[in-house]
Formats: sequence, structure tokens, C-alpha cells
Amino acid sequence: MKREGEVRIPSGCAIAAVIDRNGTPMPGSLIAGAMRPMHERSNGLGGGFAGYGIYPEYRDFYALHFFFTDRASRKDCEVYLKERFEIVKSEIIPTKKIPQVTDEPVIWRYFVDPLKSVLAAEQVDEREFVVRTVMRINTENRGGYVFSSGKNMGAFKAVGYPEDIAEFYRLDEYAGYAWTAHGRYPTNTPGWWGGAHPFTLLDWSVVHNGEISSYDANRRWIEMFGYKCTLQTDTEVITYIMDYLLRRQGLTLEEAASVVAAPFWSSIEAEKDPEAAAKRKYLRTVFPSLLVTGPFSIVLGFDGGLMALNDRLKLRSIVVGERGSRVYIASEEAAIRAMEPEAEHIRYPAGGEPVIVRLKGGLG
Amino acid sequence: MKTICAKGRESRELNDAIREAGDCLVTDCLGQRFLGAGLPGGHIEIGGVPGNALGAYCNGAKITVCGNAQDAVGDTMNDGEIVVCGCIGDAAGYAMRGGAIYVRDDAGYRAGIHMKEYKEKVPVLVIGGCAGSFLGEYQAGGVIVVLGQNGDGRPIVGEFPCTGMHGGRMYLRGTCEGIVFPPQVTASPATDEDRAILAPLVKAYAEHFGIDEADLLASPYTVVKPDSRNPYKRMYVEN
Repeated sequence: MKREGEVRIPSGCAIAAVIDRNGTPMPGSLIAGAMRPMHERSNGLGGGFAGYGIYPEYRDFYALHFFFTDRASRKDCEVYLKERFEIVKSEIIPTKKIPQVTDEPVIWRYFVDPLKSVLAAEQVDEREFVVRTVMRINTENRGGYVFSSGKNMGAFKAVGYPEDIAEFYRLDEYAGYAWTAHGRYPTNTPGWWGGAHPFTLLDWSVVHNGEISSYDANRRWIEMFGYKCTLQTDTEVITYIMDYLLRRQGLTLEEAASVVAAPFWSSIEAEKDPEAAAKRKYLRTVFPSLLVTGPFSIVLGFDGGLMALNDRLKLRSIVVGERGSRVYIASEEAAIRAMEPEAEHIRYPAGGEPVIVRLKGGLG
Repeated sequence: MKTICAKGRESRELNDAIREAGDCLVTDCLGQRFLGAGLPGGHIEIGGVPGNALGAYCNGAKITVCGNAQDAVGDTMNDGEIVVCGCIGDAAGYAMRGGAIYVRDDAGYRAGIHMKEYKEKVPVLVIGGCAGSFLGEYQAGGVIVVLGQNGDGRPIVGEFPCTGMHGGRMYLRGTCEGIVFPPQVTASPATDEDRAILAPLVKAYAEHFGIDEADLLASPYTVVKPDSRNPYKRMYVEN
């Protein structure tokens, strides 16, 4: 079968997320319920979830989720993994066979610790080491594809409707302090398991509704720094941009939001606070190729929090609500009410206005 | 009035039930789309959150929402009335060509985008709170009113209002200081003629939501109109 990046067809989608600021775990079934009223936003060609805080017993290890084309490719990839990591645990990701989800690859997960000797030899820090490994596996075509590589978090995705994907991956058996979800309606690519959202790298995960028109400009820039966009899908490039800006450049979330959803020059000129105007101008000037144009609404998940962001013209919808310690984010208010009928403070963030929610006590 | 519980019903099934019922109260709505689409008459009252494109192509029905509504309410609506007792999402009244939409609180982005009018068909969109950016984008006709209540210091309208506006009029309560309009429109204090158009709309709004109209009418208003019959004469080519 051809991989997604090898075919391009010239996206309505649905996104939702929830976080408990106290860090109280919530079952994956909660977020799965949010996707039901938004069923028509997807077309059955992709659905997925990311859960944070779901692997407390292996919190110190990178959780690598893999799709393998067959058993042989798993063996081949494992040999490579063992050259670079100590594999603490290796297991099949439990799934439930349901008629709505078919043609599944071999789905596996490893909890790994980078080998100190190899780290020292490559002279990079641990996170960069994991990123390089993921990029290598995903581009070398060994029949293995890493779709999740963070600590104490994991992505679960497939071809199908999101409600069915949740059942397939038995998400009700996981509990996390934050979840994101996506229902896909691909318009540019045919829909392969790896191309479903969330797209992840380390603990960053992105779910995205939209269709960015700056894909190639963004891709060309980001590929200069060792990222490889293999799937021709715009969400992949957003994930790598976030990793580049937040981890490698050390920008704050607000600054990264100001790069990808940069304010118009006219808005910068109209800004009354000269310091804020200078900063925005600086970010636009230094990272012009990371401006993401075209419609998008995204939720970025990371260790200890979530960030929701719209394109600066707000060509896609996003709604935020809360109740107690929980904050809910979705493409539609109905999805929020499906999670919490009594949600309060419903608001509609403006284009380019990031909504950042973190755990109260930081990471426990 | 018949009561229809929307719980667990798909959009199409719920819409069929509404069409069959005539006047009805729909409870427990959760994201079902296209409710009341193309309906020529009757009164639908909705509890819960109706989905996108509520009252699209509405052709005479009255729809009341007891809470917030989502995106694209009254898309290409031709006649009737939609009353939202809360906030409304993006692109309310998209390409509307008749009838009226009353929103008690705020509207999202692009309210009244591409509204149009022809002879006696003059659509009306009244927003009681503040409106998001791109209000009246490409407005070609009809009347948009924004009252800016409970703004808490927010501007009555977000950025880039009236972008591409080439017909109709917009009334914003207050003097609109600090709001930047494009050069192709004029913003000026409302005249007596304007107030004659505005007053019945504000009264209707106040009546719908039990708000005192006197305060609203006592305020100054700004009227925004395209500054000529052909404001974009040279935008791309001579036309």
C-alpha cells in the first residue's frame, strides 16, 4: 500500500480537548463522548486522541508508539532501537476488534531509556536524541512508523471515525489529566493510519482543523533543521514548528503563537504598548517563514498543559468553557456540553489569541 | 405545542420530526445541524445547543434558541425570525437576504458576511453585545445593528469591520472612537432618517429580551455606509 505522503489529493475536521488543572485523571471515554455530536465534521478517514499522564508507572521513560507493516519490520526496527535505547518494556497496544476499524497494522509500544554511551557519542541532549531517532525511523522506510514519542503521554490514532477509534484503542481503560481529540475529513491526502491526528513529537501533540496554505514555505524552512515532513499533511509541519520554536529556540507559548499566527503589520503599528509592538515585529522578522497562513484551529498538547490557537483571520471555530478545575476546548459548544452539560464561561477566543491552560502545581 | 426530545437523535431525524410537528419545543439539543432549514412557517423553540447552520435558508419560520447558538446561523435565510437568547458563533446571517436575526449577547467573527437586499427584501441582524472582527464583511445590503451592551471595556466591534462593504448599512451604538474603518466606507453620526430605521429594530430587540429600550435609544449611534455606489472601482481592474 502506498503511504500517505506518496499520494496527494487536493479539510473540515473536528477537534476537542479537556484538561483538569488539579491533575485529576479523567478516563479517555470522556473525550470520546465529545466527538459524537461533531460526527458530521469527519468522514471516517481518520480519528485520534492524545492522553497526558496516562503512563504514571513508566513516567520516566519515553513511550514510543509504533505502526509496523508486519512482524518482520518490527524485528528490524527493534534491532535499531536496541542500538540506541534500553527497552524497559515492549508490548502490543491493546485493541478491541470492531467492524468499523479494519486493515490495522501491527500496533506496538516500547518504553525506552536512551543509552548513555550513545548519547555521549552523538553529543546531543536526550530529547534531541529521541527526535533524531524518530526522524530516522520514519524516513528510512523500514516498515515502522513512530506516531508517539513523549514521556507519560501517548497518541492513539487510526482510520475511522473518532468514536470508533476510542473503542478500538479501549481508551476507557486509560486515565489522563489532559486529552485531545480529532475527527478527520482529509481533503489533500487519502488517509493513512499515520496521517491521522494527533501528530506528535516528544510530548508535543497537535490536533488541527483547517487547511494551511503555507505548507511548502513552512516545510522548506523547518527541513533545514533536521525535521523531515514525510506525509504531505499540514499538521505534521505545525508539530515540528512547535518543537523547533518551543524546545530548540526556547520561545514561550505566547511567543510561538505570535510567530505562527503573527499579527498583521497594521495591527502591530496600531499597538499602543511600544514594547509589545517591538517584540511582535521582532518575531515576525526573525521567523517570517514560520507564519502559518490559511484556516486553522489547533490544540497543542504538552507536558502539563494545553494551548488552543486559531489562525489570525479566525477561519475556523474554537470554543472554550470551564467547570471547576476543568477546562474544555472544542470546535463546537455542543462538544463541550457533551463532556460537561453545566460548563460555564463559554467564550470564543479571537484569531491569533492563544488560550493556554496549565496544571496548577506544574508537573507532579 | 408539541415537545420533541432531541437526545440521541441524528440531525436528519430531528429535522424530520420538527417538520412534521409544526410548532414545537425541542429539548436537549446537542449539536444537531440545519435545524429549521428552509422552513416556511411555524415556531420552533430550542433548548440545549443547536448545531451549525441553524435556520439555513429559513423561509418564514420563527426560531427561538434559549441559550447560545453555534456557527452560520441563518445562512442564506430568506424570511422569518431567529432569536438567540445568548451568544452566537461565527458567520451569523451569512449571505442572508431577508428576515431578521436577534442576538441577545455577543456575536463571533464575520457576522453579517455578505448580507444582501433587493427591493422590499431587507434582512436585519441585531446584536445586543459586541461583535467579533470582520463584522459586515462584503456586506452588500441589509441592516446590521450592534448595541455593545456589557462590553466590559471591549470595543463594540473587533478588527477590520466592513471590509469589502459595498451596500446596506450598519449601526453601531456610540461614537466609535478608535475603531478603524476601511477607506471605502464612511462612518458618521446617525441622522433622523437613520434613527427612523433604527428605532423599531432596537424596540424589537428590547421586547424580545425584556430589556429597557429607552436607555438604548437615548445613546448616540454611528452609521456606516459604503461611500459611493462603486467604492472598489479600481481595486483589481476598472469596473
